[in-house]
Amino acid sequence: MSTTHNYIQESIELSEALENNSPTAWLSDFRKMQRIKLEGATVPTRTTEHFKYNNLTALNQGGLAKFPESPAVSAELPSLVSSLEGDTIVLIDGRFDSSSSKISGSHLVAFHEANEDQQKTIKDALSRQNFAKNIFNRVNAGLTHSGWLVEFNKSVDYRPLHIVHITTQAAVDSVINEQLIVKLNSMAEATVIEHFVSDNNIKSGKTISHQSAHFDIGDAANLQHYRLHLEHSAHIHFGQCTFWLNRDSQLNSFHLATGGIIKRIDLDVIHQSNGSHAEINGVYLAADKQQVDYHTNVEHRTPHCTTQEVFRGLIGGEAKAVFNGRIHIYPDAQKTLAELSNKNLLLSNKAEIDTKPELEIYADDVRCAHGATISQMDSTAMFYLTSRGIPKEKAKLMLSFGFVNELINNINNDAIVDYLQPLLTQFFKQTVTE
Amino acid sequence: MLNIKNLHAAVEDKTILKGLNLEIKPGEVHAIMGPNGAGKSTLGNVLAGREGYERTNGEVLFNEKDIFEMDPEERAAEGMFLAFQYPVEIPGVSNLEFLKASLDAIRKYNNQPELDAVSFMKMARETCKAVNLDQSFLKRGVNEGFSGGEKKRNEIMQMMLLQPKLCILDETDSGLDIDALQVVAKGVNDLRDSNRSFVVVTHYQRLLDYIVPDYVHVLADGKIVKSGGKELAHELEDKGYGWLDNNEVA
Repeated sequence: MSTTHNYIQESIELSEALENNSPTAWLSDFRKMQRIKLEGATVPTRTTEHFKYNNLTALNQGGLAKFPESPAVSAELPSLVSSLEGDTIVLIDGRFDSSSSKISGSHLVAFHEANEDQQKTIKDALSRQNFAKNIFNRVNAGLTHSGWLVEFNKSVDYRPLHIVHITTQAAVDSVINEQLIVKLNSMAEATVIEHFVSDNNIKSGKTISHQSAHFDIGDAANLQHYRLHLEHSAHIHFGQCTFWLNRDSQLNSFHLATGGIIKRIDLDVIHQSNGSHAEINGVYLAADKQQVDYHTNVEHRTPHCTTQEVFRGLIGGEAKAVFNGRIHIYPDAQKTLAELSNKNLLLSNKAEIDTKPELEIYADDVRCAHGATISQMDSTAMFYLTSRGIPKEKAKLMLSFGFVNELINNINNDAIVDYLQPLLTQFFKQTVTE
Repeated sequence: MLNIKNLHAAVEDKTILKGLNLEIKPGEVHAIMGPNGAGKSTLGNVLAGREGYERTNGEVLFNEKDIFEMDPEERAAEGMFLAFQYPVEIPGVSNLEFLKASLDAIRKYNNQPELDAVSFMKMARETCKAVNLDQSFLKRGVNEGFSGGEKKRNEIMQMMLLQPKLCILDETDSGLDIDALQVVAKGVNDLRDSNRSFVVVTHYQRLLDYIVPDYVHVLADGKIVKSGGKELAHELEDKGYGWLDNNEVA
């Protein structure tokens, strides 16, 4: 037998340890259930369909499944915290930092403060997620010990909610587990920004973070959602976003991720009642030897729903990106309109992209389109720019920026656009000129 | 200004230009006409330095400098401008950003200070107006969703903004209606002066009614087979290119 450590089994031990001293004892049965289901499981390999293109060997190091011993008490906040008007929840190494958070209103509840009704809402949401595809989702569920429940009601003008997850040096070689449950009651409107960064002072070492977010979008409710992953390149992340769309509801969700040692994000969008609309846009950027992977799954279970999904990726260096876009149209989901597009630009000869659109259509009266492209820098466009005097490096920069800029410019929040533009410029400067 | 001697050029190993000679002095307007496949567009692309268009023999001096020693961006910065037959669409890069980047680069190359944002905007708006394009075109992606005529006017706008020394118009008249043709011609005529030269590549004599050339050359099978004054264009229009085969001059 090899002496490779088994991250999953180590997580079970960590989960057991939680039961000794947990402020969320009411979740103990839920955690126990996950431990039972994880019994004997191992880290997925290349023979596991949903992890075929992921290299997870970094998890074999051992000893990673432990919580940060002494979480940092402060960290440098990303500039978006000050430029964005709204409520802010700051989580440093997974721990709520009250001094840098700004919250107003009773719609934000920490798990350990939840009343009985809220506990039930939380347990329902946690149990409803799709565990089959991604085992790390269950790992995170088994380690659930803290999180936030947010509830939005109609006719209230909520400020955008900005949730900042900061990882510091104190969390190196350990694991962070977080849960977010967002409920938009009927006709509610809300903006939620999930924002993941690393403290600038991290020198080396990796942190594993798991985060699952659940969004229940009520009848005729409207959610504007952003999920920005800008952790440093030694970070490991397993994320899950699940959106339940009810009658005539609207979702607009924007995703951005830079690469890490492992970065795997699963999105599940479930149209479960007539007339809902989802618009999902995403950008992933990987350089050096980073990995980034988006697995998206859109389920049309009911008629008259629409989905527009666009993801673009830029991959440089020896980086590797994976995009798996599934659209599943159930037999009853007539009059569905679903479109998926994934375009990739490879910036070097050693960069790799594995893109796979998956359509499963079981209804006959639907419109469904998908497309995936992989290209290198367009030589005609390069010639056009250089023939106007623009030096090659600058031209490459302009073209790669242009490739994702359409999606960035569509973001209808100036503070976020202004925050992302310089970060992207920095990324492109490093990647394009390497 | 431009001196082409015995130029041979190939595209994908196929020789297209087979010993072309042409001398252009400052202030002159030369029209190059010829049948399909004669090598007209190849000439423009070789001069501007497009990848895949290879000089196999001969030389080209632009202001006494060997152009084959220069990258496309250097040729542009030295004052060469190619108005594309098929301008390229670049979504995500705004026209304004594109114009600013090229003007900045060319000014930098020529040791001129970068234009401040206000002066640049003023200039961009004026040139936009001069070619009859709405200001909104500045904010749109480069040529993105532009009609054929709008693309060509965008080329002329760039030319007006960059003020090149040598302008090569590669079939700029193709696909233009008469109004757009006049806008393009006016742009060119306004730029005509004693230090600026033009090479106007075209299929039809029509454009030359608006941009009156000093010389007309006929390009056939990779060589200039006949040269003359502006009346040569009319003669060609009347008699067709077949007339040349029967009266081979070169």
